[in-house]
Amino acid sequence: MNQNHTLNTSIPRFPWKVLGYAGPVVVLLLVVPFVADYVKDPYQTILLSYGLIMGIAALGFNLLLGYTGLLSFGHSAYFGMGAYAVAFSVKYLHVTSMEVFLAGGLVATVVVSALFGFVCVRYTRIFFGILTLALSQVLWSLAFKFFWVTGGTDGLRVPTPTLLGGMIKTSQDKVIFLSHAYYYYVLIIFFGCVAVMWVIVNSPFGKALQAIRDNEIRAEFVGVQVRKYRFVAFLISGAFTGLAGALWAPLNGLTTPDILYWPFSGEIVFLTVLGGFRTFAGPIIGAVVFNYLKTYAVGYTVYWQLLLGAVLVTLVLSMPLGILGTVSRLWLKLRKSR
Amino acid sequence: MSLLSTQRLTKYFGDTHAVDHVDFTVAQGELLALIGSNGAGKTTLVNLISGLLRPDSGRIVFRGTDVTSQSVYGRIRAGIARSFQLVNLFDQLTTLDNVALAIFSREGKTRNFAYLADHDPKVRQEAKEVLQQFGLENKAGMLAGGLAQGERKLLDVAVAVALRPKLLLLDEPTSGVSTREKAPIMDIITAIVRSEHITAVIIEHDMDVVFKYSDRIVVMHQGTILADGTPDEIRTNDQVITTLIGTQASV
Repeated sequence: MNQNHTLNTSIPRFPWKVLGYAGPVVVLLLVVPFVADYVKDPYQTILLSYGLIMGIAALGFNLLLGYTGLLSFGHSAYFGMGAYAVAFSVKYLHVTSMEVFLAGGLVATVVVSALFGFVCVRYTRIFFGILTLALSQVLWSLAFKFFWVTGGTDGLRVPTPTLLGGMIKTSQDKVIFLSHAYYYYVLIIFFGCVAVMWVIVNSPFGKALQAIRDNEIRAEFVGVQVRKYRFVAFLISGAFTGLAGALWAPLNGLTTPDILYWPFSGEIVFLTVLGGFRTFAGPIIGAVVFNYLKTYAVGYTVYWQLLLGAVLVTLVLSMPLGILGTVSRLWLKLRKSR
Repeated sequence: MSLLSTQRLTKYFGDTHAVDHVDFTVAQGELLALIGSNGAGKTTLVNLISGLLRPDSGRIVFRGTDVTSQSVYGRIRAGIARSFQLVNLFDQLTTLDNVALAIFSREGKTRNFAYLADHDPKVRQEAKEVLQQFGLENKAGMLAGGLAQGERKLLDVAVAVALRPKLLLLDEPTSGVSTREKAPIMDIITAIVRSEHITAVIIEHDMDVVFKYSDRIVVMHQGTILADGTPDEIRTNDQVITTLIGTQASV
């Protein structure tokens, strides 16, 4: 039995069982703001918000990589599209409602995903990767060159929004707002995204995607319309990533072309591989861990990219299954040895 | 009454005439063996019928409808399913999921992403029954990649059978398995094909298997049909014996 078999059989089949495992994590996430307040470090909550948002993007990305077998190097496009949709609606439509931001971000991302997906899903492997990369760079160059619209490298400012249709107003103290109301807002959407993605990957549609990943020709010969299914997966993946981008913009307060540039796509690939793309929760863990790694690496040295690169090489060589994949494997070995 | 017929079906690969103006019929309910030496065009013919390859010319008529230009999806919907010479499975899915996916697909449920596949008792029950028919019920929870070669061969056919085809194309269902395993595998496959009233075309190199299990045998040679008849007719066909000597020990 190879390592992948071990991993796959370890994925629990019933949501209630999963909830049992996830329960302590949920409680921990709920109390983080109180603990951060207690130790007078609300920045930790904000940092965790970034991690959760990247977790949503990673969930979307992994629907393509882990479940459909398509490696995209262009997910910065959908993340950036979500963020820019928010920034544009602030600048040009003077919108302040977070719900409108999310709706706008989703619509814009789905439109871009549909256009890019229509082209990209005709190809697989390296051709798919290069196409996604090239198309994302088209968006980056547009954001970069059309500076009178996009603000160029200065970017566009995104003020803190109102939440729940204006029920929660913007606070004077941005840190308090982001580390409390906005954190819980992100957390609820995060839980929603995890639940929706869990159902998707375990649905008949999700099984069909996994079949395409395992054996495209056979999938076609059981009646799965491979290109059509890849397109739908691409759309869902883009929508999740765009939603993450829309949540990220108010948290960051500024949208710049950096999030459309290819290194940002690389970060999404990095954090997914780091967490373990053959597991459902691996990319989420990778996103949170990567976020901390990056933040502290940036604070520690100006050569933070070098440091992160070294960490990635070390992790890939020592833990090819990613953090969660390796932990699952060790856990199963431990259980067998008992 | 013929279920499938090809009319002057042709496929070239460069200068090689893989299938050369072949007129071929399969009658409803029969188990037809397609034999011939390597390179005779058997697999190419099956690939053309199943839609994996496009013919250069000629027609394929299935149940009275011209399916020549139909996609693989269209042909599966029409009732043509196949297995592969090199086993083609979803190795990271369980044995049960491999079969369940075919059932989901047949019922048009693979488009649905709003409920958990494991929570569809009807599909799971049917998948278990199919596995039971093939003697794989004890392997239901195992990943397909972890099965033994003989079991993989059976699962490959089980996935195709789960589509409830009218015509089943089996490309060397016993290749790569030990001589001892061949007869049990063929016993299972033929019993299911007969009980489910599925018309089957089997490509096979093992003449013991061919003569024991088939109703009719079509012999191909260099892209054309050399002979067509019952096992007894083929056994005594001088042209077949002459052509196949050297590639088969005896017919």
